[in-house]
Amino acid sequence: MLGFLVYPMASVLYYSLQHYNVSKPWEDGFAGLANFQALLDDPLFWQSLGFSAKWVLVEVTLQLLFGLALALIVNETFVGRGLSRALVFSPWAVSGVLTTGIWILLYNPTTGVFRYLADLGIGSYDTAPLADPNTVFTAAVVAELWRGVPFFAILLLADLQTINNDLYEAAAVDGASRIRRFVHITLPHLKDAIILSTLLRAVWEFNNVDLLYTLTGGGPAHQTTTLPLYVAAKAVQSHDFGYGSALTTVAFLILTFFSIAYLRLSKFGART
Amino acid sequence: MTTTLPRAQLPAPVRTPPPRSRSQRVSRWQIYLPLGLYLLFTLVPFYWMLVFAFRPRGSDSLLPWPITFDNFATVWTGMGFGVFFQNSLLVGVASLISTTVIALSGGYALARYAFRGRQLFLVAMLCTQFIPGAMMLIPLFEIFRTLGLVNSLWALVIAETVFQLPLSLILISGFIRNIPVELEQAAWVDGCSRLRGFFAVVLPMLRPALIAVGSFAFIHSWNNFLFALMFVSEQEKFTLPVGLAFTIGEFSVDFGALAAGGVVAAVPVVLVFAVIQRYLVQGMSAGAVKG
Repeated sequence: MLGFLVYPMASVLYYSLQHYNVSKPWEDGFAGLANFQALLDDPLFWQSLGFSAKWVLVEVTLQLLFGLALALIVNETFVGRGLSRALVFSPWAVSGVLTTGIWILLYNPTTGVFRYLADLGIGSYDTAPLADPNTVFTAAVVAELWRGVPFFAILLLADLQTINNDLYEAAAVDGASRIRRFVHITLPHLKDAIILSTLLRAVWEFNNVDLLYTLTGGGPAHQTTTLPLYVAAKAVQSHDFGYGSALTTVAFLILTFFSIAYLRLSKFGART
Repeated sequence: MTTTLPRAQLPAPVRTPPPRSRSQRVSRWQIYLPLGLYLLFTLVPFYWMLVFAFRPRGSDSLLPWPITFDNFATVWTGMGFGVFFQNSLLVGVASLISTTVIALSGGYALARYAFRGRQLFLVAMLCTQFIPGAMMLIPLFEIFRTLGLVNSLWALVIAETVFQLPLSLILISGFIRNIPVELEQAAWVDGCSRLRGFFAVVLPMLRPALIAVGSFAFIHSWNNFLFALMFVSEQEKFTLPVGLAFTIGEFSVDFGALAAGGVVAAVPVVLVFAVIQRYLVQGMSAGAVKG
């Protein structure tokens, strides 16, 4: 019994310790606060931070709205529900790089949808969303939505299925409209799931590297550089591990602060 | 033994609600119209990839006809996707096994033993979810260099396992807590050891959770790009996402190859996903969402 208790805990602890130690490497490299001072004067740091915030806000909001709508739809009873679920959820399983590959095909002026639309007389032949600084943000957002919406849909559907159907029956008998039933039964029930999934997603989107790295490479002109992309560029391309670590630290502090504030403000776990 | 277990203790399977009265029902077009539009958004990109992968070079048609496998031959042997596929498979399966085994034993301990710091441990596990993979790159790289694991696929397996464990642990321990301890006690009374009781009673009931956790681990490590890009630099050790990214790098050259590579990378995970998505929703209903 002891062995059975100790072994898994030890192995778990081993991994979590590993996790833990590596999260503060800046403790052994000593450059004082010079890196942090440099960071405050770095316009690219502020620019990438601003873009990160914008990216997270837009992505999470849109993914939540579409994901919730999608979850509500596939929670209904209708012919072909199982197949529809499998199909609309499937982009979730696809990697960021593959998403990029697919959307590069779709956005390219010679191979993409816009060319075939232009053949039909819609739009123009030189629509190239990824090359145009005005559209590159929207283009990246749509590609990430394609992959991100299913995550919310799956999580929220899982939670929707734990709602007792009798509640709806009772509300319907009492004459509550569909909208009122949604506001008073569905939403309160989903609250914790929504808070948790938006938080996780916000952190993941903040750290999203693969899609932006391969789709836009942070360009054009650093317009789509998020903080982690900047870290990767600093650490890997210019081998500035110290500065990269300073960026990492700041990003981690921001995330932790944001997470705590978000959980507090949204009263996560509070029963109404 | 397993057949006599009360099924009621399992999380409810994905169920069809009883038919509602007419006034309550959502009308057909309110479902099919938005669903159809969304399906279009989901499927057109997949279709585009298939068309480009299967149609002959130089064709402009939006139907993949006549079907050709030339593109696949190019990427599989010419561009090394056959090797990348093997590497991805190795990393995926190894991460699946290590994550599931550790999460199973750790999750059991968390669910069944009361020990000091258990609650703290669970909270800490949840907090690790807020630590980003990209932020770990530098320290992880240092560690793997010390261990001499740079350029080794095992570095990827270890990194994947570490990142998959917290959520898997929470999910599995949540599931085990839903299994009444009396069932196990009954087995002990019948003379089972703790270990045998676990295998005979608990394990069979954990199927949905194990499928959810295992497939999560597999899909994640199959898809992981960042670690694979950073920790492995020899071409024979590339995984599919890295190989694909390099194809994108030279994308002006060959769209057919890009699409075919995409199909190679997508088929295994999409298939796995199609099979397990029901369990995924179930597993999360019972475990993760509740924290």
